[in-house]
Amino acid sequence: MLKFLVYRVATIVPVLFGVSVVVFLMMKLIPGDPAEAILGPAATTEKIEMVRKSLGLDQPFYVQYVRWLWKVLQGDFGTSIAVNVPVAQLVWPKFWNTVLLTAGSLVICIVIGLGVGIVSGTRQYSWFDRISMSLTLIVANTPAFWLGLILMVVLALYLGWFPATGMYSMRASQKTFGDLIHHMVLPAITTASVSAAIIARLVRSSFLDVIRKHYITALRAKGLSERDIILRHGMKNALPPIINIVGLQVGYLMGGALFTEVVFSWPGIGLQIYSSIVARDLPVVQAAVLVTTFVFVLVNLGTDVVVAALDPRIRRA
Amino acid sequence: MSVVNLPLKDEPVDGRALPLDAAEAQMFRRPSEWRIFWEAFSRDRLAVGAAALIGLVCLISALAPVLSPYDPTVGDNALRLAPIGTPGHLLGLDGQGRDILSRLIWGGQVSIIIALLPVTVASLISVLLGLVAGFFGGKVDMVIMRTLDVFFAFPAVLLAVAIAGVLGPGMLNVMLSLTIVLIPYISRVAYMATVTVKSELFVDQARVSGARPSQILFHHILPNTLSPVIVYGSTLVGILIVLGAGLSFLGLGITPPRPDWGIMCSDGRNFLSVAPHVSAVPGIMLILVAMSFNIVGDGLRDALDPKLRK
Repeated sequence: MLKFLVYRVATIVPVLFGVSVVVFLMMKLIPGDPAEAILGPAATTEKIEMVRKSLGLDQPFYVQYVRWLWKVLQGDFGTSIAVNVPVAQLVWPKFWNTVLLTAGSLVICIVIGLGVGIVSGTRQYSWFDRISMSLTLIVANTPAFWLGLILMVVLALYLGWFPATGMYSMRASQKTFGDLIHHMVLPAITTASVSAAIIARLVRSSFLDVIRKHYITALRAKGLSERDIILRHGMKNALPPIINIVGLQVGYLMGGALFTEVVFSWPGIGLQIYSSIVARDLPVVQAAVLVTTFVFVLVNLGTDVVVAALDPRIRRA
Repeated sequence: MSVVNLPLKDEPVDGRALPLDAAEAQMFRRPSEWRIFWEAFSRDRLAVGAAALIGLVCLISALAPVLSPYDPTVGDNALRLAPIGTPGHLLGLDGQGRDILSRLIWGGQVSIIIALLPVTVASLISVLLGLVAGFFGGKVDMVIMRTLDVFFAFPAVLLAVAIAGVLGPGMLNVMLSLTIVLIPYISRVAYMATVTVKSELFVDQARVSGARPSQILFHHILPNTLSPVIVYGSTLVGILIVLGAGLSFLGLGITPPRPDWGIMCSDGRNFLSVAPHVSAVPGIMLILVAMSFNIVGDGLRDALDPKLRK
């Protein structure tokens, strides 16, 4: 197990290095000179040269990259062009709001995905199975931004059960946890929809696979209750592929949350990326993409380790 | 002649087989690959229906100049936000008084091309990358696949939004960003297929009989990597239609007033409480088409894989 862990951690180091290079280059490939952008059209050539020098833009690419990386490793992402505050100050609070939203969606994904998947998988071709599988096919192909709008119309605007936008009530004197959950319901459902449907379909097929194994028949012959067979013995073997896909979906949720955050004005990192793109505030986009991708890579690493811990066959491979 | 090898009925004792007549020849002829595929695919009624729907939507979109009842960019302010079923405007009008049906027909062009073209281009590039990496192995493999791993590490939606955002709005930029996002995914499929096929016996056989590497690569390995890529690509089209529409929804896609289904969803956002149909209609269209591509993809997978043929 330790060998596997060391090997897996070693493989992500070059990937993370590559990610930082790509993010750095992505911002360098944009047409236009940042110094000119900062100073505006009336700037003189000498002024532009001065700003270029102070930003280090007169240095070769690799020098600029190393300087940038060195600062990033110390938590310094530069200064936002649009609002003139340190990027880190801007990005981290937003990042935690996205983590909250992702966590909420993940809970929905796991509850709905596992619940629907297990019932469908153990009662193949029942009415529940047919209806839920048709529904998951539809939901898996539903654009999250559209589902968000529809939920907003029905549950927020017509029925008034949930607030339509934001994270806390504007008028409330203090931020309470209940208020947060109340605001989170619609965005979390929207973000979770596609992943929950995908997880439900995978759990179903994983269970269909396991339920036909001989050891399950043997347990049944032994007289174990169906509940024990499914939840204790079936689960053990169905779980590794399920954890694998859930881990992948965490990354999908973090990326997909962008659409939800824009629709529901959830002050997360996705909304920040979106508004920074609109404002051409590239240092913020750079930092936000970098942070999210690093977390995504780490979540994938965590998933692999958990799956390996559960399934000895993978550890040896 | 050995004792075991008894002469069959109608076979002359000297071992020469009688010439087959035409009907018998027909019976013994192996059906063409296309025929086998089509017979398996056509048995999947859901997939055939979905393929028909896709065909219909493509045809209607292609014929937009003829079929569209109104100009999709010019509005009639008197009828702003008119509901579904308004006389002369089957699906109602949007916030600028433009006919939603006409915009839906014209928008189909953009929404489908924005998904289909990147999947096609990315598949071609990916097959080449996967083939080269898988066949030559060693350093070539390492450089190509490790580079792709880096792009694979980004959450796909985030990468697409970031690239499209950096490049600026426009249909070409969106398609470029989607192509870049797709390449690592499809390349992995092509690579896996190449590596699997490379170790098959018939490849060794070809090598032993003196085939050149280029012959082995293009005649023996390439045809066998294509079907997994086609299957994977066809399921990706559905996802890409939704993602492409998402980029348009964010304003990173095509520039107004040209319609596409994503931008139409976004247009209705300001009128949700008074005219929800403006956003609802294009969204339903997106779901139908994306789902159809998914169903066709599953049908292709079952029909192309001999083990899954029903």
